[in-house]
Amino acid sequence: MMTLKQSRRLQSVALGGLSWLIALLIFFPILWMVLTSFKTEIDAFATPPLFFFHPTLENYIHIQERSDYLHFAWNSIAISFSATILCLLIAVPAAYSMAFYETKRTKQTLLWMLSTKMLPPVGVLMPIYLLAKGTGLLDTKLALIIIYTLVNLPIVVWMVYTYFKDVPRDILEAARLDGATLLQEMLRVLLPISKGGLASTALLSLILCWNEAFWSLNLSSSQAAPLTALIASYSSPEGLFWAKLSAVSTLACAPILIFGWISQKQLVRGLSFGAVK
Amino acid sequence: MATLKLKNLKKGFEGLQIIKGIDLEVLDKEFVVFVGPSGCGKSTLLRLIAGLEDVSSGHIELDGRDITEVSPAKRDLAMVFQTYALYPHMTVRKNMSFALDLAGGDKAEVQRKVDDAARILELTPLLDRKPRQLSGGQRQRVAIGRAIVRNPKIFLFDEPLSNLDAALRVQMRLELARLHQELQATMIYVTHDQVEAMTLANKVVVLNGGRIEQVGSPLELYHHPANLFVAGFLGTPKMAFLKGKVSAVDTGGCEVSLDAGLQLALPHSSAALKVGDPVTLGIRPEHLELATAGQPGLSVTADVSERLGSDTFCHVLADSGEPLTVRLRGDLNNPYGQRLQLHLGAEHCHLFDANGDAVSHALRAAA
Ligand SMILES: Nc1ncnc2c1ncn2[C@@H]1O[C@H](COP(=O)(O)OP(=O)(O)O)[C@@H](O)[C@H]1O
Ligand SMILES: [Mg+2]
Repeated sequence: MMTLKQSRRLQSVALGGLSWLIALLIFFPILWMVLTSFKTEIDAFATPPLFFFHPTLENYIHIQERSDYLHFAWNSIAISFSATILCLLIAVPAAYSMAFYETKRTKQTLLWMLSTKMLPPVGVLMPIYLLAKGTGLLDTKLALIIIYTLVNLPIVVWMVYTYFKDVPRDILEAARLDGATLLQEMLRVLLPISKGGLASTALLSLILCWNEAFWSLNLSSSQAAPLTALIASYSSPEGLFWAKLSAVSTLACAPILIFGWISQKQLVRGLSFGAVK
Repeated sequence: MATLKLKNLKKGFEGLQIIKGIDLEVLDKEFVVFVGPSGCGKSTLLRLIAGLEDVSSGHIELDGRDITEVSPAKRDLAMVFQTYALYPHMTVRKNMSFALDLAGGDKAEVQRKVDDAARILELTPLLDRKPRQLSGGQRQRVAIGRAIVRNPKIFLFDEPLSNLDAALRVQMRLELARLHQELQATMIYVTHDQVEAMTLANKVVVLNGGRIEQVGSPLELYHHPANLFVAGFLGTPKMAFLKGKVSAVDTGGCEVSLDAGLQLALPHSSAALKVGDPVTLGIRPEHLELATAGQPGLSVTADVSERLGSDTFCHVLADSGEPLTVRLRGDLNNPYGQRLQLHLGAEHCHLFDANGDAVSHALRAAA
């Protein structure tokens, strides 16, 4: 006979094991990519796949010789951060007005904004390409910053709106009666209260920008190309070099993974509950 | 000095009229309570005064200055919210000094004011805590402290006690009354609780459906309700109402025949009152007593009783089916199911005409 306590413990051990298994499954492709990046091209192709091998840095050395990683990384950083900041600068006032001065059309506006995400980007490739070309913004960081800002704006407005909705109106009204101007109300009351939510929104936007490939491949070539373009340059034209592709992918993912890791505490807090209650 | 005048104030939301024309004067150092059932527009009226809502029409004057279009930040009013609305990311000290900091007050001076307010409200040991580390009562005190520190022209309270438990509510009610004495400030207080209205106010404003039913001191309203609504709203247990018809009129009085089966000569009169008019007679529990032998009385059947120790509130049903409540001695046996004879003191009765307006009482009107 198992006591209640024993069966509870068994249950929690089983659940724990299951969670680990799922986590490992999800993480496996990344692990495999990192492992592959340290293999020789021959080892990378081996069947059955090799778990134990002589690690080598030759892929990384090759990449360093062939292309300027830092140039691409800087482009990624500059574009992602600028687009995120610009996006928040637009989204915060928009979400503020929708959350605290709701009208009959607020809900529709939100839905309409989100619906723009349902259009396949390739559907507007032509006009946007021509616009970029016409304005001389082709292959500039500015073009990508503008595009990323616009592409992420619906999601960011939506998220910020949800976090603002959690902030009781009374608190903002109290600030107003305390003599706060609109700007003071935002900077000294609303934003500090929702900083957890804003941080997770910013992080999400950063990740989306960092990983964006469609627009960067189509609107940039050398000058403004971010890391996603660098990865792409290692695929088809010279045949598939799995090990080098893995190495360049690892290099491309690493900064945002590390950044995400560092800020994950904020992210989890922001995603799991509103800042106030 | 702070006086407030509302002139034919109206407010609608999306075509729906909520505040339907309010005229009111609030005098300096007065404690005015807006009381009325839930949804009657009390909060809306307070928010109009605070400037948190724009008026649809009408004017608000503060010390003779028209502030109808002035932003809330510039009205120099402080509000205490039902939800306390403390800034969750600031310490108690910061919460209280926020307004003065914004105004750019001298640091030492601000500190002194915060310390003073904290002392009055016994918040000194809590000054460095965050709101989430406080109990409900303490939060409420911080919210009040935040208002005091600013030394506003008028304090606005929107149901400040309704989130507290019963014992704390009684205690805070006393503290608020004391605060009003100490600060000698003008206060406007919104509540749906008529006990708070009766105990705190110098002037009670009874609101119903966006209109003022009656304005007056608590006892004025209690003893001279202007209409059925006010009569039924103030006082616990409620005033009982008995329907009837006027059977005779003369100068200085009338006779009413109640559906419940009693003829009663009343000292109420009005020029408009005619024989045959439907009327409603109102009487409070404390003005009903058991009839002594031989006294003409109203026959009723006793229902349940509520025994409070000091008093027993006995609920009874008249033969017409109308409920009444009688205040009896605390040590009385439970009369459940018994037939009782009640004596109605004519001088204590209220009489309302078919529109629900009070018919004036000859003796009391003179008094
Ligand atoms: N911002 C608003 N938009 C629409 N209707 C409102 C708004 N604020 C209040 N109301 C309506 O006005 C009426 C009075 O509300 P309120 O003043 O809060 O009542 P009270 O405080 O007396 O309970 C309610 O019917 C409420 O639904
Ligand atoms: Mg209210």
